Amino acid sequence: MTESQTLVDTEKITLHLGPQHPSAHGLLHLVVELQGEKVIRVEPDIGYLHRGTEKIAENLLYHQFVPYTDRLDYLSAMSNNLGYVMAVEKLLDIDLPERVQYIRVIAAELSRIAGHLLCVGAWGMDLGAMSILLYAMREREMILDIFELMCGARMTLSYMRIGGVRYDFTAECAQACLDLVRIMPARIDEYERILTGNRVWLKRNKGIGIISAEEAVTIGLSGPILRASGVKWDIRKSNPYLVYDRIDFDMVTGAAGDCFDRYMVRIEEMRQCLRIIDQCVKAMPDGAFHVDDPWLVPPPHEETYDNMENLIHHFKYVSHGFKVPAGETYVAIESPKGELGVYIVSDGSEKPFRLKLRMPTFMNLQSLNQMCQGGYLADVVAVLSSLDPVFGECDK
Amino acid sequence: MTTGTEQTLLVTKLRDRFGDRILDTRVFKDEVTHLVDSNALVTVCQFVKTEPGLQMDYLVDVIGVDHFTAAPRFEVVYHLYSIPNRHRLRLKVKLTGEEPIPTVTGIWPAADWPEREAYDMYGIRFEGHPNLQRIYMAPDWEGFPLRKDYPLKGYRDEYNPFGQEREEDF
Repeated sequence: MTESQTLVDTEKITLHLGPQHPSAHGLLHLVVELQGEKVIRVEPDIGYLHRGTEKIAENLLYHQFVPYTDRLDYLSAMSNNLGYVMAVEKLLDIDLPERVQYIRVIAAELSRIAGHLLCVGAWGMDLGAMSILLYAMREREMILDIFELMCGARMTLSYMRIGGVRYDFTAECAQACLDLVRIMPARIDEYERILTGNRVWLKRNKGIGIISAEEAVTIGLSGPILRASGVKWDIRKSNPYLVYDRIDFDMVTGAAGDCFDRYMVRIEEMRQCLRIIDQCVKAMPDGAFHVDDPWLVPPPHEETYDNMENLIHHFKYVSHGFKVPAGETYVAIESPKGELGVYIVSDGSEKPFRLKLRMPTFMNLQSLNQMCQGGYLADVVAVLSSLDPVFGECDK
Repeated sequence: MTTGTEQTLLVTKLRDRFGDRILDTRVFKDEVTHLVDSNALVTVCQFVKTEPGLQMDYLVDVIGVDHFTAAPRFEVVYHLYSIPNRHRLRLKVKLTGEEPIPTVTGIWPAADWPEREAYDMYGIRFEGHPNLQRIYMAPDWEGFPLRKDYPLKGYRDEYNPFGQEREEDF
């Protein structure tokens, strides 16, 4: 203590971290005010990846916007797809077939594992543990392979469409999911052997970036970060959507609200995701994988060019789109990063009048200053990784 | 989803307390929306946050909407959530765009960035905001991109050869 008190007299300096910095998880510019190595204030400067997604949405047909949602949180594209299509479906007032709901839950949970894996892997690397990233990427690859089986794409999936999903969930996909459920728990134990008891990992994360439950709620945190502070709020549990109310899984919470608890919540959440996927694959009924409405669903690709009617149908779908009843709605889902909300104001035309994306990373990043104040410069990196920011989604 | 009793709670509690300062109330798709007089915004927010039974302790988002050519032109939408009671509420304020509206950062610090975003995109000014600057666009950017009269491709300048020509006389 006496040593740090003698250091206080050093001159205050301002350090610019980023925008091009390997531990900034993308294009983030932090203006850090330092006294010695102590952080006085951190001011995040965002917007380097701003593409005006909301403005673009106002000028596109409803179904044309689905691929843009892939590019928001590009590490877990399924969740973004889901949030958007659910909002449009709520305005359209359509009931989805059972099968679609199960497929969507599986897809969303797979992307949650993929997102958390990258979070933990990159976090380890930021703090100097190289091997964990390679292990996490190995398992992420398995999930991307499942995505490839489901829709042919690995990253920009656009799998969920308004009114259903694009392709059926085949027996091959189901088998791949069950394989993942079988293999993954041992792999998660392996990560825990590398990190959880690791002395360096504990030193860098335990007691770092603490935020209390009350502060976390008022500053607008959501998702695993909020739950790590001990707040019991998971949208899948509190306001269940799809078939989450029929599935048995636990809400994972922490207590201390430090970086280490945020890590533990994510690790435990991955285990819960596997439980959900396992139950869904086994409970999934047969049936259609989209609604029976030619306005919303184009003909199957392989039949499109066979006859005149299908060609006309396809042309009408692509070029005219469909009208969505006037009104406004807000739909929130639990994405890997927190509450992902889509607010749509419709004027009854084929294009949204206003589309607002409530992005969890954007809101979570606000708390950075609060978490870093009083800590050391090196802790900023740990705290930032524990927030798991993705700038595709933060900057829209 | 909100149940029937919660909905009546969300509607009547506010209407009884504030009377004609709640200009309009709508329930659409189980979502309750109150249109609030901008002078009463802070009192209403304070009320919904502290009143037992409502306890809107979580500010989800602050959103700007531009209804161009309609008057009043702009709308600011507040999405609120109650973690203990699990219900959502939407508050709205209408404004022409010239007059500032009071900030709610004093009630929910989470409003800081979303209010900056609404300012950045629509030019809506929040009075009393601690740091009302652009958040996505560059500090020296001209115009407010999400306004309906702002062209999709932006204005033509040395960096943007495909933009629309800027009209001189407005």
